[in-house]
Amino acid sequence: MIEFRLPSLGSDMDEGKLIQWKVQPGAAVKKGDVVAVVDTSKAAIDVEIWDEGIVYELVLQTGETVPVGTVIARLLERGETPEHAEEEKRRRAGSDATLGPALAAVPAPVVDATQAAPPSPPVRGSRPRTSPAARIRAEALGIDIAAVAGTGPQGAILLEDVERAASARAQPQDRGAQMRRTIAAAMARSKREIPHYYLAASIPLGRASRWLAARNEGRPVTERVLMAVLLLKAVALALRRHPQLNGFFRDGAFQPATGIHLGVAISIRQGGLVAPAIRDADAQDLDALMRQLTDLAARARSFSLRSSELADPTITVTNLGDQGVDLVQGVIYPPQVALVGLGRVAERPWAENGTVIAMPVVTVTLSADHRVSDGHAGAAFLGEMARLLQEPERL
Amino acid sequence: MNESTLRETLFAALRTVAPEATPGEVAADEPLRDQVDLDSMDFLNFLIRLHERLGVDVPEADYEKLVTLNDFVAYLQARLP
Repeated sequence: MIEFRLPSLGSDMDEGKLIQWKVQPGAAVKKGDVVAVVDTSKAAIDVEIWDEGIVYELVLQTGETVPVGTVIARLLERGETPEHAEEEKRRRAGSDATLGPALAAVPAPVVDATQAAPPSPPVRGSRPRTSPAARIRAEALGIDIAAVAGTGPQGAILLEDVERAASARAQPQDRGAQMRRTIAAAMARSKREIPHYYLAASIPLGRASRWLAARNEGRPVTERVLMAVLLLKAVALALRRHPQLNGFFRDGAFQPATGIHLGVAISIRQGGLVAPAIRDADAQDLDALMRQLTDLAARARSFSLRSSELADPTITVTNLGDQGVDLVQGVIYPPQVALVGLGRVAERPWAENGTVIAMPVVTVTLSADHRVSDGHAGAAFLGEMARLLQEPERL
Repeated sequence: MNESTLRETLFAALRTVAPEATPGEVAADEPLRDQVDLDSMDFLNFLIRLHERLGVDVPEADYEKLVTLNDFVAYLQARLP
């Protein structure tokens, strides 16, 4: 029997509410099938399954909210009978009743100085400890602190717990406010935990612009590629040589990612943003990247993304150039360890071989986690991007 | 196609990428991208919608001629099939 648990929906989303099952008991499912639609603070997400089998039992009811990691359905493996499944269910219920959803769902608690005391057994009936920040936030949001479940040491109530209680309380129509809180929690955690360093490099795009214009000329409007796509490809290729910028910092250590999955920050017109992944961006040609970027932008804005797209990014790229911004000093999206910011592509005076010419230039920035890499490595990454962009035909 | 139908078609295409745009609030003689939040992807999608509806494919080299809604009207009228 396969227990299907609610998969991770991105590091800043730790629960989901079932909107609809897309399968019924008896249905055969395979890897990548969408089995359910789940609502989170950011979007209605299509949940994919990564096992093959026959749906046996749908555990989660429509309208129910559960943490990531909770068993939401059970499947029969090939050759398995319902009797097997029932027997295994009974066995599991006996042996790991104390485990269950907590296995995967507990977010790493953030311990601040007020909670650094050595652990001691919790005292029943006493008031849970509350961090001062949590108390102030709860008052501001009108949340009853006594009703908040704490995830800190000895059940202490942390700021995140208050934020979570506030978003759980919000109605679906408050999506904007909810998303704001979700972003606030992730970004506050980033600024609290990650020692950022920032680098910027101005990269000439004369060759790339001419090459792209020639490539787009004569192509119908539906087959043209944006400069942003060349820049994304250059980021992905440069990461191949700089794996210390691509991955996650978890449990006190860096875990390099196995693939290069670029999270592209997409702003939502009503406010807020999401950063779904373009998977294996280094291995795709420009037309494929353009198609995926177009598709992701449209689906992000209609709040229709897949669970894997939100959970997969190994680094984030944010492009604010279209808003006229020269350079971005971005905030890393934890547990990732780097963020690349793209500024405006604009013509500037550029000195080369003793002459000043008008040159399209972009300022690319890197925000990176100093626990994992140093400025020297970050500089080499930006240098590699600059080199790659001088040979656009190889992107 | 007369001019008012063309303007309606233009606006319908614009609203597919910028649903918040309302005809009364967008001045036809001022730069469109100053009034409606359009990034490069939105602008390209706007041109794709126009191509679908009107059959006019705007080459990249002509993007700079299309600043205001009036520019679009004049440009498209001259090229409608």
